[in-house]
Amino acid sequence: MHELSIASSIIDSVTKEVKKHDVRSVYEIKLRIGELTAVVPDSLRFGFESLVKDTFLEHTQLTIETSKIEGECIDCKRGFTVENFNFICPHCSSKQVDIISGNELEILSIEIEK
Amino acid sequence: MANILIEKKVLSANDTIASKLRETFQKHKIFVINIVSSPGSGKTSLLEKTVQLLNKNIQTGIIAGDVQTENDAKRIQKAGGKFVQPIETGGSCHLDAAMIEKSIAHFDLDKLDLLIIENVGNLVCPSCYDLGEDMKVVLLSTTEGDDKPLKYPSMFRNSSVMVINKTDLLYYTDFKLDEVRKNALQINGTFEIFETSCKTSDGLNEWINWLTKKVSETG
Repeated sequence: MHELSIASSIIDSVTKEVKKHDVRSVYEIKLRIGELTAVVPDSLRFGFESLVKDTFLEHTQLTIETSKIEGECIDCKRGFTVENFNFICPHCSSKQVDIISGNELEILSIEIEK
Repeated sequence: MANILIEKKVLSANDTIASKLRETFQKHKIFVINIVSSPGSGKTSLLEKTVQLLNKNIQTGIIAGDVQTENDAKRIQKAGGKFVQPIETGGSCHLDAAMIEKSIAHFDLDKLDLLIIENVGNLVCPSCYDLGEDMKVVLLSTTEGDDKPLKYPSMFRNSSVMVINKTDLLYYTDFKLDEVRKNALQINGTFEIFETSCKTSDGLNEWINWLTKKVSETG
C-alpha cells in the first residue's frame, strides 16, 4: 500500500507550495497518473483522505487524470497506444519499443483561494 | 479562486536523492542492481549462491531490505557475504532512495565493484521508487503463475533482467517456461532471461557470468 506514502509526498509538495503564496484554502489538487505506474487511484484517494483529516487540506478535492501508455517503435518509428499491456508494435511486430507516456505521477496544479 | 501551476513529479524528492546516488555509484564505478520479486521467490537464496560463486576479487556489497527482522542479511553473511547491511523498513512495503542513502554510509564505496539491493518482497510498490540502480532484476519462481508478467506489467516493464528460479520444481507445477517467456517478452521485448535453481545450482553459471561481465564493463 505505497499509495499512502505517495499521498504523503503529494501533501508535502502542496504544503510547500501553499507556504510560498498567501493561500486561504486549497479547493482542488489535480494529478496525472499514467497507466504504467503501479498506483491505484482509489487507494491513493483513500490514503489522501486519511492523512488530511483535521488539516487545512481536509476539504480539498483530489482530481486524478489518467494517461494512457503511448509507445513508439524503435524499428518502424511509428507511434501507438499500448492496449492490454501488449508492448509489441502493432505495425511491424517489433519488440523494441520506447515508452513515450504512461509513467507519469505528477501534480499538475492546485486551485486555491487567496 | 486562482490556479497555481505546479507540474512537478510526486516522487521528485525520492528522484533527486536517487540521481545523487546514481552519480555517486558511477563515480566509484560500482555496478548496482535492485532485485525485486514476490515474497518467497528466492531472492535471498539467489544472493547466497551469488556470494558463494562470484569471483572473490569482485568486492560485493549487499543491502538486504525486509519489513521485519534482519534474517535475510544474516543468511547472506553466513553464506560468505562480507559487506552486508540490513534495512528493516518497519512496515513499509518498499525501499526508497533515502533508505539507501543512509545505508551506503556503512560501506567503503572505493572498495566496492558491485552493489546488490534486495528489495522488500512485493511486485507492486517498489516499481515506483528509483534507488539509483543501474537496473532492476525481477525474479519469479516456478511455484508462481507463468502469467505473472501480465499481472504486474509495471514491474516487468521497468526491469531489465528476469530470473526464473526454482526450475528444479518444474516437474511438480503447471508452470510453463515457454509461456512465461512469451508473456514476459510481450511486456518487455528486450528482457535478458535466466533460468536458475538455487537448490541444484542449475543455470547459476550463466547468471554469474552475466553479472561478472556487467561488473567488468562498469569498472
